[in-house]
Amino acid sequence: MYIIVIGGGRLGYYLTRALLDEGHEVLLIEKSAPICQAITGEMGSVCLRGDGCETTTLASAGTGRADMLIAVTGDDEDNLVACQVAKYKFKVPRTIARIRNPKNETIFKKLGIDVTVSSTSIILEHIEHEVPSHPLMHLLTIREKGLEIVDVKIPPGSTNIGKTIKQLSLPAESILSLIIRQERKPTVPKADTILQAGDQVIAVTPPESEDALRSALIGD
Amino acid sequence: MKVIIMGCGRVGAQLATLLDREGHSVTTLDNDAYSFRRLPPDFKGEALLGNGLDEEALKKAGIEEADAFVAVTQGDNRNVMAAQIAKHIFNVPKVVCRIYDPLRRDLYSLLGLETISPTTVFAQLLKEKLEG
Repeated sequence: MYIIVIGGGRLGYYLTRALLDEGHEVLLIEKSAPICQAITGEMGSVCLRGDGCETTTLASAGTGRADMLIAVTGDDEDNLVACQVAKYKFKVPRTIARIRNPKNETIFKKLGIDVTVSSTSIILEHIEHEVPSHPLMHLLTIREKGLEIVDVKIPPGSTNIGKTIKQLSLPAESILSLIIRQERKPTVPKADTILQAGDQVIAVTPPESEDALRSALIGD
Repeated sequence: MKVIIMGCGRVGAQLATLLDREGHSVTTLDNDAYSFRRLPPDFKGEALLGNGLDEEALKKAGIEEADAFVAVTQGDNRNVMAAQIAKHIFNVPKVVCRIYDPLRRDLYSLLGLETISPTTVFAQLLKEKLEG
């Protein structure tokens, strides 16, 4: 794949190295001449000096034949514009933007950016996983379909213990796909499966039904 | 008309003053309070300290009821992003943004933003002066 990386900061630097190691053709675009020189000295001619938001720079980088453009400068607005220019002017099939402000995720999606990566959200998610009392964990987001895969633990005191799946008032759009019990094989829940304390329920749900799903599963 | 002007530089402050004198409700937004010195003492509008790329700051500036939004900070990309937020997230009826880079301006006009490139306009004016 031909991948263009915008921004030669620490993230751009390690990303370029990793992508080169994976055997991709990579071009890093960086504004600062000294940074460009240092990278060229170390990795060979993989760095182009220029403004990655400018059409002329992207044209000389051969953006028209790029499979992917990844913008990882420190400024959300610069990453947005670099991706939009790549997408709308050069028809790059996949654009990825780094964002600092997690709220920009929805804004960028609405403005046509394919994928956003927010270090703040990633760190928060990891913390969520490490806190055992948290009743609902996000396992995966399927962005294109607007779905999430979540993991809900049935707490010991829940009023739902002993109830069948059929008796729960689950949101219509949520699907329970797996129940994991201690020392037993995971099973696919059926209408007459009875919930037990400590059950781990894996479910697929749209994000907007997440709260309803959690309260339906956990009970009072 | 309720207008939000993002960026209180020379152009932003001048526009705010003109609109304010005509009786419009004007809010200027800038992330440096020092910029507000450019507003005249009799300015009746609001001068709000805040980042125009932040949804909360925009809401505080009253973007949900705004009739128009103008982005005139020094950064092309900041203007482009703020203008798109105003247009596509808050559905402000009239959005205008300044883009110095003529090529970037061309692209964003194609994408439906109302844009002005001072570079193009001023170069044209100078050329006319020289020819006239």
